[in-house]
Amino acid sequence: MEQFIGFMFLRICIVLVLLALAIILFDIFKKGSATINWEFLSAMPRKGMTEGGIFPAIIGTFFVTIITALLSIPLGMGCAIYLNEYAKKGKLTRLIRMSIRNLSGVPSIVYGLFGVVLFVQMFQLDTSILSAGLTLGLMTLPWTITASEEALKNVPQSYRDGSLALGATKWQSIRTNVLPHAIPGMLTGAILGLSRAAGETAPILFTGAAFYLPFLPKSFSDQFMALPYHLYIMSTQHHAIEKVRPIAYGTALVLIVLIFCMNLVAIITRYKLRKVRME
Amino acid sequence: MNVLLKDEELKSTEFTENNIKVCVEDFNFYYDTVQALKEINLKIRENTVVGIIGPSGCGKSTFLRCFNRMNDTISNIRYEGNIAIDGNNIFDKDLDVVDLRKNVGMVFQKSNPFPKSIFENVAYGLKINGIKDKGFITERVEKSLKDSALWEEVKDRLHKSAFALSGGQQQRLCIARALAIEPEVLLLDEPASALDPIATAKIEELIHELKKKYTIVIVTHNMQQAARVSDYTAFFMLGELIEFDVTNKIFTNPSNKITEDYVTGRFG
Repeated sequence: MEQFIGFMFLRICIVLVLLALAIILFDIFKKGSATINWEFLSAMPRKGMTEGGIFPAIIGTFFVTIITALLSIPLGMGCAIYLNEYAKKGKLTRLIRMSIRNLSGVPSIVYGLFGVVLFVQMFQLDTSILSAGLTLGLMTLPWTITASEEALKNVPQSYRDGSLALGATKWQSIRTNVLPHAIPGMLTGAILGLSRAAGETAPILFTGAAFYLPFLPKSFSDQFMALPYHLYIMSTQHHAIEKVRPIAYGTALVLIVLIFCMNLVAIITRYKLRKVRME
Repeated sequence: MNVLLKDEELKSTEFTENNIKVCVEDFNFYYDTVQALKEINLKIRENTVVGIIGPSGCGKSTFLRCFNRMNDTISNIRYEGNIAIDGNNIFDKDLDVVDLRKNVGMVFQKSNPFPKSIFENVAYGLKINGIKDKGFITERVEKSLKDSALWEEVKDRLHKSAFALSGGQQQRLCIARALAIEPEVLLLDEPASALDPIATAKIEELIHELKKKYTIVIVTHNMQQAARVSDYTAFFMLGELIEFDVTNKIFTNPSNKITEDYVTGRFG
């Protein structure tokens, strides 16, 4: 009986969570799908964003995410390898690790302001794709590091001992016997971090995202439009909010699909790499 | 209670200056503040098998892991005293621990094949040592697998995953992997503790063969196994080397009362 109540409780938990998620998704799909067509995806916004498409926002988000990836993936993996494999286990390492965990909880607007000071002003990168991408990269780093470290921790110690005992140097052991097994997990974590970054508004608000640009960025030092910021404007800042509601829903749907695709890529990468390894 | 071999025993078991492979002198080992090994003195003859027995937690695995400095991977460890292999102190500052480990192979308690093919497992040690000659690698892999008595069972599936092998085969694969880089000393840490009697018998038979070429130190929980495979036996308790002697003497006529109680099964 007790077990029955326990299971019931757990079942209700999962149903509630899934229900909430399903309602949100369903609502966005229903209202957004009417707006989506080829023109919406491929055209510039027109007439003060009351008509036309969201093409520059899609492109903007795409390029910002690339900059984010270039910063956070190599740096994050490197940090994780150092922390988990090389750093001596002591108070300092623990402190560093704790700080990294805490950083992943810092509100994104704080990263945004930090990005303004560091990249826009100090490095004089101006409000640009580069500034915004680097800011998002910083925000994703703690996530990438933590996920990569978990992946490294999952590699059995016996793989390291086995190769060290054969006269491998530490780096050889890591490269040939640890990383191949950790990379799938590391990549998954990195891509999930990126998909989170791609949906962020606050960090790009002051660092490069533009309100309305009916043309594409020409280089990484141009301002850009981005999906999440566009969505924010369409739902709160526009002068005719009711009129552009369908565009907002359409944007939300595109953003969700984009992030879903990224997560799918993460899952497929992990699955493929794992399969190759087991053969 | 003296744990050193007495002079006449040294003679009777043919210890000479020339055939001592490993020499442990006044060796102490600490995990942080806990002393795990106390004043160990021990000599190991070339091409013999030394069995290390003792109750759980007596420091026998720690001792074994000193010979190839695997304990270096643990933080906050400390040691005093010397261990010399062929007269060279292995704790010498100029000594490259990577070279030491090439010379002192190790097989772990739990077989730990890498998630690679059988061939790649054995070739691993050669490849990380920068050997690229494919013919040489193939030859050496075959030889190692033959030496570890695994060749006949795996020759048709060298490129299949090592995980597909049985527990006993995996352990012999790990031995082959260690043999491939031609060490002089082979450390075996309870190599048969997870194996069934038939697989165990195969490993023991293998040890008999291997001692023609290698000096072997084996830690074992199983006293019959120590009696069967080793020429000398060291009995450890609470971090101390209680007695070290010819295996036959340890099991039939030990000089120490504690050793006698242990080998006759009165505790442990």
